Amino acid sequence: MQVFDLESNSLRELNATLHEQKSNTNKGKWEVQNPRGRHAIAVGLDTAMDVRVMGSTGYYLGGMNQKAHITVDGSVGPGVAENMMSGTITVEGDASQYAGATGHGGLLVIKGNASSRCGISMKGIDIVVFGDVGHMSAFMAQSGNLVVCGDAGEALGDSLYEARLFVRGSVKSLGADCMEKEMRKEHLDILSKLLKTSGSKAKAEEFRRYGSARKLYNFNIDNAY
Amino acid sequence: MKDNKNNESPRTEPVQSATFSNSVNSEIRRAAATGIYDIRGGGAKRKVPHFDDLLFLGASISRYPLEGYREKCETKVILGTRFAKNPLELDIPITIAGMSFGALSGNAKESLGRGATLAGTSTTTGDGGMTEEEREHSSKLVYQYLPSRYGMNPLDLRKADAIEIVVGQGAKPGGGGMLLGQKISDRVAQMRNLPKGIDQRSSCRHPDWTGPDDLEIKILELREITSWKIPIYLKIAGARPYFDTALAVKAGADVVVLDGMQGGTAATQDVFIEHVGLPTLACIREAVRALQDLGVHRDVQLVVSGGIRNGADVAKAIALGADAVSIGTAALIAIGDNDPKWEDEYQKLGTTAGAYDDWHEGRDPAGITTQDPALMSRLDPIEGGRRLSNYLKVLTLEAQTIARACGKNNIHNLEPEDLCAVTMEAAAMARVPLAGTEWWPGKTGEFL
Repeated sequence: MQVFDLESNSLRELNATLHEQKSNTNKGKWEVQNPRGRHAIAVGLDTAMDVRVMGSTGYYLGGMNQKAHITVDGSVGPGVAENMMSGTITVEGDASQYAGATGHGGLLVIKGNASSRCGISMKGIDIVVFGDVGHMSAFMAQSGNLVVCGDAGEALGDSLYEARLFVRGSVKSLGADCMEKEMRKEHLDILSKLLKTSGSKAKAEEFRRYGSARKLYNFNIDNAY
Repeated sequence: MKDNKNNESPRTEPVQSATFSNSVNSEIRRAAATGIYDIRGGGAKRKVPHFDDLLFLGASISRYPLEGYREKCETKVILGTRFAKNPLELDIPITIAGMSFGALSGNAKESLGRGATLAGTSTTTGDGGMTEEEREHSSKLVYQYLPSRYGMNPLDLRKADAIEIVVGQGAKPGGGGMLLGQKISDRVAQMRNLPKGIDQRSSCRHPDWTGPDDLEIKILELREITSWKIPIYLKIAGARPYFDTALAVKAGADVVVLDGMQGGTAATQDVFIEHVGLPTLACIREAVRALQDLGVHRDVQLVVSGGIRNGADVAKAIALGADAVSIGTAALIAIGDNDPKWEDEYQKLGTTAGAYDDWHEGRDPAGITTQDPALMSRLDPIEGGRRLSNYLKVLTLEAQTIARACGKNNIHNLEPEDLCAVTMEAAAMARVPLAGTEWWPGKTGEFL
């Protein structure tokens, strides 16, 4: 286990050190101490390594992550895992706005709640939130899966494309062009796998599925109102 | 007996209304027939005060000119000197603006890359990400970071020579992008992770930051991911240039790219293009004032775009305080857009060469704003690159000619003092004297 203390070393040094690690590194496990809400911790990683952040972080924890497995023993600020390509990021606490924004792949697990716009414009990432998500979650979401074990706020899935949304609790309201859809076996299989992988004890059968009504896919003046 | 025929009251000639012109009336009829607002490409077509309303004074007794053909006049510019380890050094102060693969054909993007490389300057990606061909043919490539993040990935980000965070576009300040289904081919759909054939809307705002404080952190993240190596530009539309430029500096930009309303777009509502935003001429001095107030003029470089057509425009923008200019529409015309040789086909589309702006429909006879394989094949990227390179060379020679005539051995030594205006509006916007006077509207105090 390599230990990196952000009280005595800079953010630049941390990210440069993590970027230097190659796939055959023998320094595959890292512990980052004293994050104290700093921004852009462990961003742009491109190697399969384990990074554990011991405390809460600021904006963009694990931004554009590829291959790495990052765990945060605390809560995270806005934009955790933004544009993630692969790997996993697990947040033991809560997440602020835009969690998983534009993510292309990988798995983001938030064991607490996520604030507004969780999964905004997601492009293939899987997101599992053990608690609730705030308003406008999955706005313009293109693909991937958003799993909400608690409740969803207003305007869920507004202007949705082909992402799948699974919610176990209540949905305050659906956004434009988002509708409830039949939960078929293939969806239950996807959901069960995500719940198991993320460590949730929820059952797939307890969820409802939401998706795009596909009425906004081609320009129509009546859609403007 | 009176001759009734000869005593008819004389008639006045029919008078067209300036307010309800034929053009206006045709749009009313079109709107009434379709119920859909007009979408088109390009920038503002209305006449606004522009660089044509400025003149250089040249040299005489009080200024000493340089020999037009022999004496050196430097054109190099370095962009991104504020924080980046590897700033971008360009041979000429003219760059190619961001235009997407998707809006443009692959051959058009390749032409732009080839032409820019031959001329020693940079080209820029657009919404939809970076293509391999574009990277291969552009020796210096700026990677646009847009609200949609279509095709955005860290591998391409690290391949770029600079990043341009797009906040706004002169043709549509406050508006997002639009790529209609006709142009969403298999490849475009795959790059953007969307179903083929759907109308694609790009967001008008970034998904993971909302204001200048957030933006500062976003820039930090991008610098950390790229190891502080490459410059970060911030592209803003001509809206509130003083405040937007100041906030761009505050957020940590290396370069501010400022796009006036004549700057083009692939597609948006005509009413948006013509009625929102500021003319390019009205933006420059305000942006420069912000940079000067913050003590960073020339340290944070200013790139101006929107209606640059010739070397005089280049020289005037630089004289007003820009470090470089960027061209989009002119570059497309140089490689063949709106060429009269396709007039028969423009007529079939209900338009004429020079006025064709339905770029979103994907039926461009010149093979530039299309994804149709047959139309695309009309544009030879090698020839397109050569034409663009020639054009950039002419712009540079023209700007040098003017700079030498003003006694400057470096094009960046041009200054507002070298200019006058031929209209009150241009004098007010550019803050240079009305021709033959030492005065401009709004000027107070002694003439300096």
